[in-house]
Amino acid sequence: MWQELSGTIVLDWLGFSGRMGDALHFFLYDTIKIWFLLLAIIFAVSFLRTWFNTEKVRAYLAGKREFTGNVLAALFGIITPFCTCSAIPLFLGFLQARIPIGVTFSFLISAPLNNEIAIAMLFSLFGWKITAIYIGFGLAVAILGGWLIGRFNVEKYVLISVPPLSGDIELPTYVPSFKERVNEAWGNTRDIFRKIYLWVMVGVGVGAWFHGYVPAEFIAQYAGGDAWYAVPVAVLMGIPMYASAAGVMPLVEVLTQKGMLLGSALSFMMAVTALSLPEAIILKQILHIRLIALFFAIIGAGIMGIGFLFNTIL
Amino acid sequence: MKIEILGTGCAKCKALEEAAKQAVAQSGKFAQVEKVDDIQKIMSYGVMSTPGLVIDGKVVSTGKLLGVAEIVELIKAP
Repeated sequence: MWQELSGTIVLDWLGFSGRMGDALHFFLYDTIKIWFLLLAIIFAVSFLRTWFNTEKVRAYLAGKREFTGNVLAALFGIITPFCTCSAIPLFLGFLQARIPIGVTFSFLISAPLNNEIAIAMLFSLFGWKITAIYIGFGLAVAILGGWLIGRFNVEKYVLISVPPLSGDIELPTYVPSFKERVNEAWGNTRDIFRKIYLWVMVGVGVGAWFHGYVPAEFIAQYAGGDAWYAVPVAVLMGIPMYASAAGVMPLVEVLTQKGMLLGSALSFMMAVTALSLPEAIILKQILHIRLIALFFAIIGAGIMGIGFLFNTIL
Repeated sequence: MKIEILGTGCAKCKALEEAAKQAVAQSGKFAQVEKVDDIQKIMSYGVMSTPGLVIDGKVVSTGKLLGVAEIVELIKAP
């Protein structure tokens, strides 16, 4: 419905035609559609999240066996709010409750990977199937990656001492009302939307230009069709792009339409969210560079594995 | 009364400190507002999602940027 309406606006009312009309139609249609879906999905996720917080998750994870712990930690990562800026208190808080370091990493991988912006963008651009694949394989990377890191005896690379929790920690017991939850979720949605709406426009704009002007052969040649290096290059390019996930994903959508393989696209998007440079720099304050390197190497390898797998079977 | 803001320098932590100061002024109570940056001290409160708000040694909120009115209510609560 909106597809036709936006077409009428651009082609009939404003009188554009040809490539320019095509690109403008695409831009208007996609921007408004993505804005709308972003608002709806981020609100839904934020609302659900008012029932969870990291303190509760920690209390639940404490004392769980290692592999079970990895699975649960990765699952909680989907639903728990996470901000790169609180990566340190979170990491130390888990260790303080004597949650194994591998389980802690499972959470630390899953939480940013399954952040609300990435999920909302994926869903609005690629539909639920790709979103489910992304989340499913993201969980696999988080579970196995965290478990593997736990096998390396990396406790010695935590650079500050973490005394165990003393006594019972008093959790805030206040239970918000339904209205307060809605208000909180709406506030969060507004904050996030303010931060990313311009990025979405820029991303869709560049994508619309690609869509209208750049021929598919060009993309297939340079953004890598089935060349072996397509996946590693995609992962490396994704690392510094954490802040602009919202702007990058519309581009990826256009690239896949024009011949970029889905595996490369998935690897790229996971690298954007899971391998974040700002997070590494923050964690550097409390972790030895070797542990951060190991973390990046294992996750990077996992993400590339998924890319290769998809490029081969699809 | 002593109000502590737990946070390691994220944007929300600074905003919460500002809101807490305004809330104290509005509430008319005598209270000191202190920003806690030391990660070990933050951990000792059991808080993992910053910013955290502590009133007289009791954690009342974590991971949230409260509004001035909300903090006023927390300050006035017995």
